Amino acid sequence: MIAAVGHFALATALAVSLIQFVVPLWGLRSRNTSSLMLALPAARASFALILCAFVLLSVAFLQDDFSIAYVAHQSNSALPLIYKISAVWGGHEGSLLLWLLMLTGWGLAVASRSSKLPLEISATVLAVIAGVTVGFLLFVLFTSNPFERLLPAPLEGRDLNPLLQDPGLAIHPPMLYMGYVGFTVPFAFAIAALLHGRLDTAWLRWTRPWTTWAWSYLTLGIMLGSWWAYNELGWGGWWFWDPVENASFMPWLVGTALIHSLAATEKRRVLASWTILLAIAAFALSLLGTFLVRSGVLVSVHAFATDPARGVYILGFFSVVVGGSLALYTWRAASMSLQAPIRLNSREGLLLINNVLLVVAAFSVLLGTLYPLLVDALGLPKPSVGPPWFNATFVPLMLPMLALVGFSWRVNWWKADWGAAVRANRVAMLVALVGGLALPLMTPDVRGLGIFVACVLAMWCTVTALAEILAWLRKGRLPPASILGMSLAHLGLGVFAIGVGLVSQADAEKDLAMRPGQQADFAGYLWEFQGTDHLEGPNYSAEHAVIVIRDGAGQEITVLEPEKRRYHSQPNNPMTESAIDIGVWRDLYVSLGEPLGEGAWSVRLYVKPFIRWIWFGAILMAIGGAIAASDRRYRLARQARSADAEMGVAI
Amino acid sequence: MVLGLVVMVAAIAAMASQVFRENLMYFYSATEVVNGDVPPQARIRLGGLVVPGSVQREPASLRVDFRMADCEHAVAVSYEGILPDLFREGQGIVATGRLQDGVFVADEVLAKHDENYMPPELAEKLGADGTGHSCAPFKSLERS
Repeated sequence: MIAAVGHFALATALAVSLIQFVVPLWGLRSRNTSSLMLALPAARASFALILCAFVLLSVAFLQDDFSIAYVAHQSNSALPLIYKISAVWGGHEGSLLLWLLMLTGWGLAVASRSSKLPLEISATVLAVIAGVTVGFLLFVLFTSNPFERLLPAPLEGRDLNPLLQDPGLAIHPPMLYMGYVGFTVPFAFAIAALLHGRLDTAWLRWTRPWTTWAWSYLTLGIMLGSWWAYNELGWGGWWFWDPVENASFMPWLVGTALIHSLAATEKRRVLASWTILLAIAAFALSLLGTFLVRSGVLVSVHAFATDPARGVYILGFFSVVVGGSLALYTWRAASMSLQAPIRLNSREGLLLINNVLLVVAAFSVLLGTLYPLLVDALGLPKPSVGPPWFNATFVPLMLPMLALVGFSWRVNWWKADWGAAVRANRVAMLVALVGGLALPLMTPDVRGLGIFVACVLAMWCTVTALAEILAWLRKGRLPPASILGMSLAHLGLGVFAIGVGLVSQADAEKDLAMRPGQQADFAGYLWEFQGTDHLEGPNYSAEHAVIVIRDGAGQEITVLEPEKRRYHSQPNNPMTESAIDIGVWRDLYVSLGEPLGEGAWSVRLYVKPFIRWIWFGAILMAIGGAIAASDRRYRLARQARSADAEMGVAI
Repeated sequence: MVLGLVVMVAAIAAMASQVFRENLMYFYSATEVVNGDVPPQARIRLGGLVVPGSVQREPASLRVDFRMADCEHAVAVSYEGILPDLFREGQGIVATGRLQDGVFVADEVLAKHDENYMPPELAEKLGADGTGHSCAPFKSLERS
């Protein structure tokens, strides 16, 4: 019953989306207002239908309806409630349904704000979103139907992959998808601008908050994924340059560039066609990420789909969408007459440099991610590109960016006065220098000159952002949302960079064989392994260890209890549950290896200085984005439909 | 100015391609290692199945010695550290490291989190159906 209704809802959504895609575009051509109007209710209906399918699938999970193949593969009656819900998007089919829910949700948001947009713009935007929806719905219905029946129904489900049974992972995919899919909106706006042949201030003010919202979600999604990997994989790493991580990071880099080029275009009317190209690229990279993750071409923990038909379909869809948009771009972009000359020695010049750095960084990630696949496709031996490549290209690109960020809002539009910029930042420079040298010195085992340089630059970025907020507060008022948001995001970048620099240079790791009662002196702490006992969890059994950590003076700091779990559904697949003592300045991290006989275990000990700063910085960036996107300026801009926004279509 | 820019871009591109080439790692099977196809001192990824009965631990340390094999040959591997949860005899794994005097000294051993997992490169080299159990690589090794 549930399966039939759910399937029917998806099929109906396909029909509605087709209407939402075709009719408004036809209305645009035939100048028919009622056809344009149809986009709004269609957007609401397609969201309602997808939501209906999603809720039905969730109900099937809650009821342990194993007659649905997807539920039988992803769930189990012993699975705790929260993971039954997160299991809805724990696999390929369900995660695509979530993707569709987000996509139509963004469409709904555009539709509900459409009273502030000219009708032909909102109708075009909704039609483009519907086009993408159609593509994904066809994919779901023909290759990845979440409602496929499994007859006879098994008595018990196969269980959710134990790795995914973690609170961080319950919310990571929804956030990440909100961001990924959110870039469809600026893309749709870009296509609308190309179709209508104009790109004006009003267009920029509509597009900016959507882009920034999508970017904020993506930031949060990536951050949660990193946090999950750190907690759950037991390797103490927070970023692996895994192709799937790269797939989400490339749209983030290009999206960041897009936010900044939108600012330059709005203020100085420069980089207009570049901005359009970035909007297309951010969306293309989101699609590419989907292709990489969902087609199974990658060797990765995340890539759970391995059906070649799916890969071929997504690749075809990708070629049509991206190829079509680029063709439209080459045809129409030249006619967008919004080109003022750009001077490098100005704020817009700095934004251009920022864009170049970010896009080059995205390109280096793209190269490292795709090169092995391309070589493999040519039938040559398949190489792998390791983290050293990414680190070697990334660090030199990001350090100058940190330096420039600190200057960005002290340098004027049109023409920079560097003398004034430096004078205004004298205190900040001093604080950054002292703080940037002090932080690594406070951290034991710091190696090399590079980390001091990195810390000074990261501090510089942090301090100047703080100074900006303080300057407003001293004037007795809160900064406007756009400035507060920008400053928080830049503050977050600085905090993030401090964390990355120190944890990558100064983390300490040791693998040890420990007998019960044995003590190890490592990284300034005494780690005592007290032995293991047996534990029974709801759907697993575990070996549970107790490790007492004391400081140099013998004072107890914390007791960590890592586990080695065996889930009943997969007894041959032991899982490492690490135990972490969280701190502002450092994390202490312990995970169990394997039993070595006579109660002894191999144990992995880590000290991770400043690692919390990485995620805290990312959260600040996301909050900053959210604040900036809700600036009143954008809302006013939408209400004041300037004459300039009236389009050439007669209504 | 334009010339300077071109030179700069070219220099960066040359540097990047150098770094890129240095960081490529290739995948080899045990047979290729035995045949001497691996350039000396190159850091490589070695894929194969852990030969049953070959795993030897040194007491009170994390040193492990074992042999990795494909359908024809086996290579001695030595590793010091914690093995992944799914490391087991008969399991397909990928080890990263260098060849030293005929022994593959690994600094990283990966076995993915799925008991049926087989690295695609390995499945291909074994000519297996993807399950990794079809070529029965150990029959000959066990007898010899």
